[in-house]
Amino acid sequence: MSQTDLEIVVDDPTAPEDDSPSVVSSGSVESVVCLLLLALAAMLGYDNWRTGASWDATGPEPGYFPFYLSVILGGGSLYGLIAALLSRRKSAETFVTRAQAYRVLAVFVPTLLFCLVTQFLGLYVGSFLLIAGFMRAIGKIALWKSLLTALVFTAIMFATFDVAFDVIMPKGPLEAAFGY
Amino acid sequence: MEALGLLLHGFAVLLTWKILVLMMAGLVLGIFVGVLPGLGGPNGVAILLPLTFTMDPTSAIVMLSCIYWGALFGGAITSILFNIPGEAWSVATTFDGYPMAQQGRAAEALTAAFTSSFIGSLVAVLLITFLAPMISSFALKFGPPEFFAVYLLTFCSFVGLGRESRHKIVISMSLGLLLAGVGMDTVSGQLRMTFGSAELLRGINFLVAVIGLFGISEILLTMEERLALRGHAASISLRVVLGVWKDLPKYWVTLLRSSFIGCWLGITPGGAIAASFMGYNLAKRFAKDPETFGKGRIEGVFAPETAAHASGTSALLPMLALGIPGSGTAAILLGGLMVWGLNPGPLLFVEHKDFVWGLIASMYLGNVVGLVLVLTTVPIFASILRVPFAAVAPMIVVSCAIGAYAIQNAMFDIWLMLGFGVVGYVFKKVGIPLAPFTLALVLGNRAEDAFRLSMIGSGGDLKVFWSNGLVGSITTLAVLLLFWPAIDGLLARIVWTRRASR
Repeated sequence: MSQTDLEIVVDDPTAPEDDSPSVVSSGSVESVVCLLLLALAAMLGYDNWRTGASWDATGPEPGYFPFYLSVILGGGSLYGLIAALLSRRKSAETFVTRAQAYRVLAVFVPTLLFCLVTQFLGLYVGSFLLIAGFMRAIGKIALWKSLLTALVFTAIMFATFDVAFDVIMPKGPLEAAFGY
Repeated sequence: MEALGLLLHGFAVLLTWKILVLMMAGLVLGIFVGVLPGLGGPNGVAILLPLTFTMDPTSAIVMLSCIYWGALFGGAITSILFNIPGEAWSVATTFDGYPMAQQGRAAEALTAAFTSSFIGSLVAVLLITFLAPMISSFALKFGPPEFFAVYLLTFCSFVGLGRESRHKIVISMSLGLLLAGVGMDTVSGQLRMTFGSAELLRGINFLVAVIGLFGISEILLTMEERLALRGHAASISLRVVLGVWKDLPKYWVTLLRSSFIGCWLGITPGGAIAASFMGYNLAKRFAKDPETFGKGRIEGVFAPETAAHASGTSALLPMLALGIPGSGTAAILLGGLMVWGLNPGPLLFVEHKDFVWGLIASMYLGNVVGLVLVLTTVPIFASILRVPFAAVAPMIVVSCAIGAYAIQNAMFDIWLMLGFGVVGYVFKKVGIPLAPFTLALVLGNRAEDAFRLSMIGSGGDLKVFWSNGLVGSITTLAVLLLFWPAIDGLLARIVWTRRASR
């Protein structure tokens, strides 16, 4: 097998190490998910019971269909909870390692901040900050490249959605200053 | 032969400059989406859907379906050149595709993949052309009980035939059905599960959930892995293409078998992933020298690609004819139909002839144009992977947010998208499948309405689901499928004990 004609090589300098310690096991996450779903099922089931989950003269009441669905959901999650607690193999499996968790948070936190900025300053400002900041801080890409990419991408989005296709995005004080 | 005339009419609808340009744009975007790690068919279609909101339905569906074809083609590029399946259904393509690239036969493997994709799609489109109008005219006689029975059949076959743990499929599906019910009840006008929140009055939008579940969660999942790439560059010359095409007739059995498997699994909700593996495994089993598979055999590329594309395309058949999507992407296209103001279901063939036949014609045209496009532009698309993920990831996040906001012009939806992103990430990691959730969310209201209308019609008697031969057999089939694993086990045991007693 020749490896000489490898022509596209992209490295990942911040890749998660393979021997990073486990933060939490699959078994415990599965139990927590099932517990949460069970709580959700109970809450929705109660709400639908209140709305009316029986039959009246014309047929099933509005809560009938969703009430029995929440019973099914509750049953499924209860089964899942017991299965997760009983399975020893599952409880040892790694859900996420520390290095992986760090990388996931490195995307999730900026995304969360982006949503906050969008709420108050508008989507385009948020988009510019997210792309420039993410490329610079996480990707370690040169500052001018990051700023330029963010500016060009945001401008293209603005031209495509707000101008060409009339799909209006949330805007903030900056766009207002330009009269949009 | 009425179908042929209508198909020609469909081509006439398509042949305008505007639609042809949109078709090219869709294909390019789709290949782009298919090549990028962390994005695939359903995500791409969901994120790009808002672009189409201001278009007329025909242009919109042509562009979206071309994004889908493009994504199907694009998945093969990364599998063969980089050994990274861009899509789950391209995994089987890497078995023989990557070894071929290592042997310096990348161009051959790519041509084989694109050509067999084309053949698979073509078989499925032919099936749609002739079968869909028949099914839909048959379904025009359906009343609410029949429709509910068909919905039930869809849900039950997911549970009974799914590959994941059964309770996880049940969880995913019931959660989707429940969330579909949030907001105003369509029959009585009463509010349900809103807990006094004004934002929840509108209900939980299907597309917002899909963008979060597929787009955002995929970014989170992709970041977890090492993103280093090593791959082969390839350009395809006409000589190689003609060489592969000349050998095609030799593999007709494989191609036909895979197309058949693909169409079958596409219509029933088995999906392209199962189809590609099954196509590969059967080709291997029927081969005279199965040990050469996995070492760079061209049949190992033909078999899974044909099956995956046949399945991906035929998943649109039940969506068009009955309003029931056969795959996640088909479910999103169905969501698109509702946004454009079309009512999916058998009436589509009667009320919106232009739309339906335009779409079917675009499947033919889109696949031909797509084939030419990928064969000529592979080097460009392969180099997209050089763009660092740190630049691609935030752009995808922004596109997702734009998509989520544009659907209802609500900031709340961006937060909802983020929430679904986390849910999707956790669900994928603990093995709760997302496809049943998607399907349930898009069909939930229609299934419930069908159920309640049948109940109102029958005065609350459940026997209405067995009131005539048609609805009775569908309902019975649904129940059988739900308990299929148990029945299958029982049958196997009976056969086994008989053999033992002999």
